[in-house]
Amino acid sequence: MTAPSSRVARVRDLSVEITGQTPRRLAVDCVSFDVEAGETVCVVGESGSGKSMIAHAMIGLLPSHGVQHCGGQVFLGETEVTALPEEALRRLRGSAVGMIFQEPMTALNPVMTVGQQLDEVFRAHTSLSAAQRRAKATELFADVQIQDPARAGSAYPFQLSGGQRQRVMIAMALALEPRLLIADEPTTALDVTTQAQILALIRQLQRRRGIGVLFITHDFGVVADIADKVLVMQRGRCVEAGSAASLLDSPSHPYTQKLIAAVPVLRSSAPDQPPTAQPSPLLQVNRLSKRFQGRGGRVTTALDDVSLRIDAGETVGLVGESGSGKSTLGKMIVGLLQPDSGAISYDGLSMVGLSRKQLGAARQQIQMVFQDPYASLNPRHRVGDIIAAGPMGVGVERAAAYARAETLVQTVGLPASCLGRFPHQFSGGQRQRLSIARALAMQPRLLVADEAVSALDVSVQAQVLTLLRQIRQEFGLSMLFITHDLRVASTLCDRIVVMRSGRIVEQGPAWSICGSPQEAYTRELIAAIPGRAPR
Amino acid sequence: MKRFFALFVRSKGGVIGLVILLVVISLAAGARWLFPISPWEITGAPFEPPLSDNFPLGSDMLGRNIAAGIAYGAYVSLLIGLVSTAVALAIGITLGAIAGYVGGWVDQVLMGFVEFFQTIPSFVLAIVLVAIFNPSMVTIVGAIAVVSWPPIARLVRAEFMSVRSREYVQAAWLSGRSHAAIIVKEILPNTMSPVIVAGSMMVATAILLESALSFLGLGDPNLMSWGYIIGASRTVMRQAWWMSVFPGLAIVLTVLAINLVGEALNDALNPHLRPVEEGS
Repeated sequence: MTAPSSRVARVRDLSVEITGQTPRRLAVDCVSFDVEAGETVCVVGESGSGKSMIAHAMIGLLPSHGVQHCGGQVFLGETEVTALPEEALRRLRGSAVGMIFQEPMTALNPVMTVGQQLDEVFRAHTSLSAAQRRAKATELFADVQIQDPARAGSAYPFQLSGGQRQRVMIAMALALEPRLLIADEPTTALDVTTQAQILALIRQLQRRRGIGVLFITHDFGVVADIADKVLVMQRGRCVEAGSAASLLDSPSHPYTQKLIAAVPVLRSSAPDQPPTAQPSPLLQVNRLSKRFQGRGGRVTTALDDVSLRIDAGETVGLVGESGSGKSTLGKMIVGLLQPDSGAISYDGLSMVGLSRKQLGAARQQIQMVFQDPYASLNPRHRVGDIIAAGPMGVGVERAAAYARAETLVQTVGLPASCLGRFPHQFSGGQRQRLSIARALAMQPRLLVADEAVSALDVSVQAQVLTLLRQIRQEFGLSMLFITHDLRVASTLCDRIVVMRSGRIVEQGPAWSICGSPQEAYTRELIAAIPGRAPR
Repeated sequence: MKRFFALFVRSKGGVIGLVILLVVISLAAGARWLFPISPWEITGAPFEPPLSDNFPLGSDMLGRNIAAGIAYGAYVSLLIGLVSTAVALAIGITLGAIAGYVGGWVDQVLMGFVEFFQTIPSFVLAIVLVAIFNPSMVTIVGAIAVVSWPPIARLVRAEFMSVRSREYVQAAWLSGRSHAAIIVKEILPNTMSPVIVAGSMMVATAILLESALSFLGLGDPNLMSWGYIIGASRTVMRQAWWMSVFPGLAIVLTVLAINLVGEALNDALNPHLRPVEEGS
């Protein structure tokens, strides 16, 4: 047998066609690249740029409706994938190429333990005995650094954290020792710290096993951390390609420059002008605690003696990993959850334990922008009705409410004509703008933004952040900005509060938290920011 | 409305169903003019085969016109199907919405009530109810509604529980809207697709239930219904196939048509399946 060539994947002039009547004909337009063993190739682009389509075309997993392969070839090793019949393709998947996805929760079967799911991979592709399979599984779980690998297999997906689920996915993808790993935005749904761990894991596994990695992402911070070669995609076309070092240092295409510029940078210097106005507290949170009773009597402490102050006109960033209690605190401030103990006072009015009626107008002055732009707008209502419903509910005349809606959609940068459309006709970033407009319609004084930009592409994220800055100025808003990303918080917030396991770890002016963090945990968060670690 | 109709006719099955349903409806509405003589009247010789004089679909063992019976029966079947479904939907949606939205002990009590009904075989319960209260239009409609609302309540409850925690519902709550407004305007429209489909299937089931009741002789004695004709013909099935085949065909076609229309309605009502408009 000849030694396997070091080239694990070769893509030549790959084109994928969009069927049906659309303005764009090609989802992928004549893209060529190679992946060598031990090399990471990053495909970068915004959503809709066709980057995931490349990955799916490479393993013959294009959806059967809407798109079809229409030209070019894909070789995995020496096998031409694009010429294979379905049955041969099925055998190839898993054995020659492994794939991991953005949302490990939906990629795993919720009613099977992860051990059973891994076992199935072996059963489908190998003739190992049950004991051998079990030994292999334990070895793999140890490989992806899951705690207690011998017992990890008996857990169901919902019992694992997002990071652990992604580790399980990686274990399954690498089970049959493929030479290529395709990772489709594997860290986008994860916290910054977990993301750093997963990226480190992928790098480590790649070195040890000498596999090629095709890594799809929208975040140039991640690219800087992991890539050897970079492919920048825009509207199905590869606009720039090259080695990571040279492309990051001197991007030549304006689109690449735009994407790199959109990556938020940790701001760690003091502002030139200190705020002059005397701070007057708008919201005061005093010694708030909350416990959740889980199934089987297990009690989790979501908030433990948390105190916080937001001044009028101030933006406070609430930073922490998932499970740190930051969303719980946000929900309590807007009144969606009641605390077990502690006090919340807004504008001198104590809010805990009062009904919405008793709170009256004060309740509506605190509004919320949610994380998921796809779940936060009612799909059955037109945009105009969504924005106007709130004001009309509190007695604003119909005509006035719709006039306000029209002004507001323009304020958030959308045309007035969008009032008659349904939410599904908008992109994620546009939906988030609409969410902001809906919150503004209630004329709030305090806006709680719960991971409001986390689900968005980096470039869209930058635009929404600009919008938030602009409306903060225009409406004189105070803001509680909840995020897991210290970079984003540092660019937007006056003050930052760092939370961990329901407690406040550290708080202070944004520049000082980022510039000279006092606590080890804060330093950990800063170190986890992609694109910072020395390579 | 025009747009909605345009969306509806995109489904071929829906159009076919609608056409059949319109034929059945016009048959029901025009029965008095098409067949001025009551279907209970004897108008000729018994056991006349189809396409004989005066009897396009044959006559029964007493010489009554089967075609007239089917036309008058269409009215009875449709009316009972629609009214009993409307009543069942009203009960089911109300209880399901309250259980799903409020949750807690209210949910447990209401679901216990639902289970109480679901443990009794529905057809047996319907027979018992009709037998106790004497067969009439009102008791038949009531009995069918009583046995068919529990699945709707369960469906609506499950939908409500999943939609209740959506962020747009939280947003509506935060903007100070009343619980009634949230239930009716925010949550209900998002639960309607499966309810409409289930509802249209229920019209079909109700028609079948009524036929079955009439078949057993528990129909309204003053009304000629499809089930009654089939029931009456069962002893002479081998001599007069037409007596059971034509009303049977009427039931099959109507039920099928209603299901097709329900399916198409569901697609047309779902904004996700609408074509994307210009400029987005």
